[in-house]
Amino acid sequence: MSPERGRNRSTRNTRNKTSNRTIAFRRPRACRFCVDKVEYIDYKDVRTLMMAIPDRGKIQPRRISGICAKHQRKLTVAIKRARQLALIPYVTD
Amino acid sequence: MSNPRQYELVYVIAPEVSEDGVTELHTQVNEIITGEGGQIESTDNLGKRRLAYEIQHNKEGTYVLELINGPAELVRELDRRLKVMDKVLRHLVVRVDEDLRKAKNARTKRQNRQQRRRVARGVVSGGASSEEQKSAVVLETEEQE
Repeated sequence: MSPERGRNRSTRNTRNKTSNRTIAFRRPRACRFCVDKVEYIDYKDVRTLMMAIPDRGKIQPRRISGICAKHQRKLTVAIKRARQLALIPYVTD
Repeated sequence: MSNPRQYELVYVIAPEVSEDGVTELHTQVNEIITGEGGQIESTDNLGKRRLAYEIQHNKEGTYVLELINGPAELVRELDRRLKVMDKVLRHLVVRVDEDLRKAKNARTKRQNRQQRRRVARGVVSGGASSEEQKSAVVLETEEQE
């Protein structure tokens, strides 16, 4: 393998968790909820939930938001509960 | 038998229902709960809010939150009865005791760790034993690396 090819691959692979040096375009460094030390994400807290759903109403993937796996799981559950109660939309067009 | 569980109940009432209607619904819910051997710990009327999408051509709804202590069988009955009420647009019952306990455990754990670290650093002279201090020191050096 030529050295150039190897370099190319490393720069392209910005989504990779292990490549901390090349931070992806929008990805913040740390999980927003970990910084605030949130233990429980409330489904009634519309303002927090709205931050995680961009225009379309979809749940933002954590590769973009930078939220850790633990909090993304909790967030997803909270969003789905809030949708059932019509606190936040299923879809927006 | 089964340990007492804590649930959160939220229901959305149609906007045309008056204040009295809301309190009446609340007493109905209360009756169901007490009938099943539970009790309402607290009630919170979250007020009239805009719905994120229309439900039966309603654009608004009154949200009521109730904190319930009771057995698991209660939920099934409550669910069934709420489904039948046509003034209730939506309802949701969520078990909260475990989540709250977990959150509390994590918080106390973190506080303990912080305290130990402070003691190890000599910021506070706490009542921690030397054993605990040693482990705290180890923790801190690990973090510095």
